[in-house]
Amino acid sequence: MIDIPGTLRRGWRELVAHIDFPLLLITMAIMAVGLATVYSATFDGNERIFSQAGNMGVALVIMWFVSRLPPQKLMSFAIPLYLLGLILLIAVFLFGIKVNGAKRWLPLGFTRIQPSEMMKIAMPLMLAWYFQKFEATLGFKHFFVACLLLIVPFALIAKQPDLGTALLVGGAGFFVIFFAGLPWKVIVGLGAAGAAAAPMLWNVLHDYQRKRILTLIDPTTDPLGAGYHIIQSTIAIGSGGTFGKGFLNGTQTHLEFIPEKHTDFIFAVYSEEWGLLGNAVLVFLYTLLIARGLIIASSAPTLFSRLLAGAVTLGFFTYAFINMGMVSGILPVVGVPLPFMSYGGTALVTLFVGIGILMSIHTHRMLVKK
Amino acid sequence: MGDFHNPDSDLDRFRFRLGFAAIVVLLAFGLLIGRFVWLQVIQHDFYQTRAEDNRIALIPIVPNRGVITDRNGIVLARNYSAFTLEITPSRVPNLEASIDALATVIDIQPKDRKRFKRVMDEAKNFESIPIRTRLTDAEVARFAAQRYRFPGIEVKARLFRQYPLGSVASHAIGYIGRITDRDLGWIEEMEKQANYKGTDHIGKNGLEQHYEFELHGETGYEEVEIDAGGRALRSLKRIPPVSGNNLSLSLDVKLQQITEQAFGERKGALVAIDPSTGGILALVSNPTYDPNLFVDGITPDNWKELNDHPSKPMVNRAINGSYPPGSTFKPFMALAALEMGKRTANQTISDPGFFNFGNHHFRDDKKGGHGTVDMYKSIVHSCDTYYYILANDMGIDNISKFMGQLGLGQRTGIDLGKDGASETKGVLPSQEWKKQRFKKPEQQKWYAGETISIGIGQGYNSYTPIQLAQATAVIANNGVMFRPHIVRHITDAKTGEKRIIEPQPIRDLKLKPQNIEVIRRAMVGVNKEGTGARAFAGAPYESAGKTGTAQVYSLKGADYKAHSIKQELRDHALFIAYAPADKPTIALAVLVENGGFGAQSAAPIARMVMDYYLLGKLPAGAAQEDAAAVEDDNEE
Repeated sequence: MIDIPGTLRRGWRELVAHIDFPLLLITMAIMAVGLATVYSATFDGNERIFSQAGNMGVALVIMWFVSRLPPQKLMSFAIPLYLLGLILLIAVFLFGIKVNGAKRWLPLGFTRIQPSEMMKIAMPLMLAWYFQKFEATLGFKHFFVACLLLIVPFALIAKQPDLGTALLVGGAGFFVIFFAGLPWKVIVGLGAAGAAAAPMLWNVLHDYQRKRILTLIDPTTDPLGAGYHIIQSTIAIGSGGTFGKGFLNGTQTHLEFIPEKHTDFIFAVYSEEWGLLGNAVLVFLYTLLIARGLIIASSAPTLFSRLLAGAVTLGFFTYAFINMGMVSGILPVVGVPLPFMSYGGTALVTLFVGIGILMSIHTHRMLVKK
Repeated sequence: MGDFHNPDSDLDRFRFRLGFAAIVVLLAFGLLIGRFVWLQVIQHDFYQTRAEDNRIALIPIVPNRGVITDRNGIVLARNYSAFTLEITPSRVPNLEASIDALATVIDIQPKDRKRFKRVMDEAKNFESIPIRTRLTDAEVARFAAQRYRFPGIEVKARLFRQYPLGSVASHAIGYIGRITDRDLGWIEEMEKQANYKGTDHIGKNGLEQHYEFELHGETGYEEVEIDAGGRALRSLKRIPPVSGNNLSLSLDVKLQQITEQAFGERKGALVAIDPSTGGILALVSNPTYDPNLFVDGITPDNWKELNDHPSKPMVNRAINGSYPPGSTFKPFMALAALEMGKRTANQTISDPGFFNFGNHHFRDDKKGGHGTVDMYKSIVHSCDTYYYILANDMGIDNISKFMGQLGLGQRTGIDLGKDGASETKGVLPSQEWKKQRFKKPEQQKWYAGETISIGIGQGYNSYTPIQLAQATAVIANNGVMFRPHIVRHITDAKTGEKRIIEPQPIRDLKLKPQNIEVIRRAMVGVNKEGTGARAFAGAPYESAGKTGTAQVYSLKGADYKAHSIKQELRDHALFIAYAPADKPTIALAVLVENGGFGAQSAAPIARMVMDYYLLGKLPAGAAQEDAAAVEDDNEE
């Protein structure tokens, strides 16, 4: 006799064997908020909620697959993925096509790809693998090599120019090096050198990047261009008040004052309609997500999985902080989406590959110990 | 480094750093919350006022587009202000019903509706779109009285581009039209998005496109309060726009007009250059079209008519038509021979009226031949045999190298259209060219026999009229080549300052003066006693020229009888010339498509142009209308 309930139970158990429910619940909650906001931002124009829901479905399936790969398998991807990403970045540098004044895309005949996106995962993967390999003999030399592995792709992406992605990739790599034990002296020294070099950095920046920093200081200098985004998004946030104007009632949103309102500036839409209370809830959800990620990192069994989990988690933080910071006018405008909220399939897939990695590390830890 | 190795202390340190990171995260998020409290609680009233009660809209104010005038100040492109009736579709609940109601107040034709629909499909949702342009005062008054019935519909004063001379010089001036997705890509590439807020027209070709970012000006803006319905309440601040810069051309529009009239119904092109600066004096491509048709969006009927017309009025033959140069190639060949030491001026050949190469029989135009021919005679009487032999002696790569130096088969870089994209290159044949051009190995090889007809400007040779004019100007200017340009100076609208476009020398061919003198004498001979003598009979100045006739299709040994050949298969007539011969101020190339012999149809046009330019003499029978007269064109 076939035990149908038993088979179902075992099937279900197998299906969710590598799912970490706290992580899944937190991301689902943020995504629910995100879907509602995408709906509000686009319902009177070009509706996007269904395609965003589709993106989420695809991303969840990819997360499921990644979560089932044991960390050893993930390690074997490190070098090929990194090298492929690097080659594609060089190809973009040489043959990339310009869209909106930046060379970020590589034409492949039938389609075009943005290789910097895969570097967001490949970079921490590669560095974590590298430190794991030399765990026993770790010395200054290795930190130096790790920095080189970080700087080359970072420079190629910053050169495109795509400062937002460069910061995310650079951040993810830096977090690995930091968690691997980069001496404090070096960190403080680099920080001081960076501050001293800031005026020089100013000269390297593109005109439009300088403009964005200047408009941060005084948005009224360029009210038709970059300043317009900041002026309108701060008005949206400020006028939202403590409790917000209510779902679908944001005037800034619905009178078309907010640019990029379903992508990079979605937080302005959310904040206008849900107010300070809504913001607090969202920031709390992100805090929970990061806390869960740090717990996973702290209980991870190998150096590789520790470093990777820590870096991926802080990556989510970088995304969220830079995006909310720029929309509320305390950071310059760079192209970074709000994680799990902004419309867009590619970014969502990358984020869920990260979630899948965290789940894989957490659910495989016992197997490693055995 | 000992402290890198202990696994336990490694783990402790890792956890310490995790804790440190957690604190940084909390601090950063705390900072964000602090910022939110500042904006949403402390400053809430301020932002509330800005967003809820009054909404401030930034309304861009489009600058006046720069004016284009010819070398004598005659206006070629300007703006005029007119009232338009505009609809903002996003604020009109039932568009069809509103337009029906509107039609009872203002005359709205089906074509107006059609155009409105087309523009609306292309435009973004919240833009206001004209349904009628050029309202009369009576119409404005009628609408004002009934305005309350039509929310979202307004009368606006807008500037329109106008080309007062209509079709004259349209290929040089170009036109503006509504901004399309492709234009948007261009604006983004140039990082001009902010300055194009509110602008809905852009240069589409010619000078209007090449100097787009000079002509456009700086967009101003007005901060206005609008109510919840989006209606303007009052103006808070106004930053006026800065008008676009004005272009002043080297082109003489009267000369241009006379030339266009001289072409009449015939298809063709003429380019006249000031050889000492590269300034374009006339750039004619006939037939022309009326650029005013494009300003408001050309109607499909008009577009079809222009585009499908067999005479192709939209093609700028002066820079995009590529033709074999025919015998106008001979002075260049002769100069190449002198410079490369392949001939002296006095060396003679004996011309039996043909040249045999292998099994090929190359005919001379003159049956029985020209007898004993030196270089002078070869140009004056346009002896083919001389150049068959010369081409064979020089070889294709020597020819190609020298002609390339003269600018043949290369883009001249004239200031028309988008940089580099607007000009046709033509074909400067060489062994390398053939290798690139053909795929099959047997076609890639250059055969020595192919060089022979190159010598008389046939074969693969194919150049644009502007290249021929430029090459002529190089000879006229003793070997110094200038980049051809139409704009002479740009006047800054803000400061009134004139920016002269300096002549740009491209290269000095370092030609020997005695060689240039040989060619000059021979070309003067053409207009005195040779093939150009009839056209230039009685001219009070000395001119240098060369006629040419380019075969459209090969006769394969048969006689050429113009009247028995269909019009479109008849030969192209060409003529190159410069004058005064001793101190040239004008160099030109004329091409008359299917015009037959160059001496018959092309040379008289050159004579007319030079008579006007050098003597101010108007051709007999030319319409005496004032060039500045405004054609009040009625759109569509």
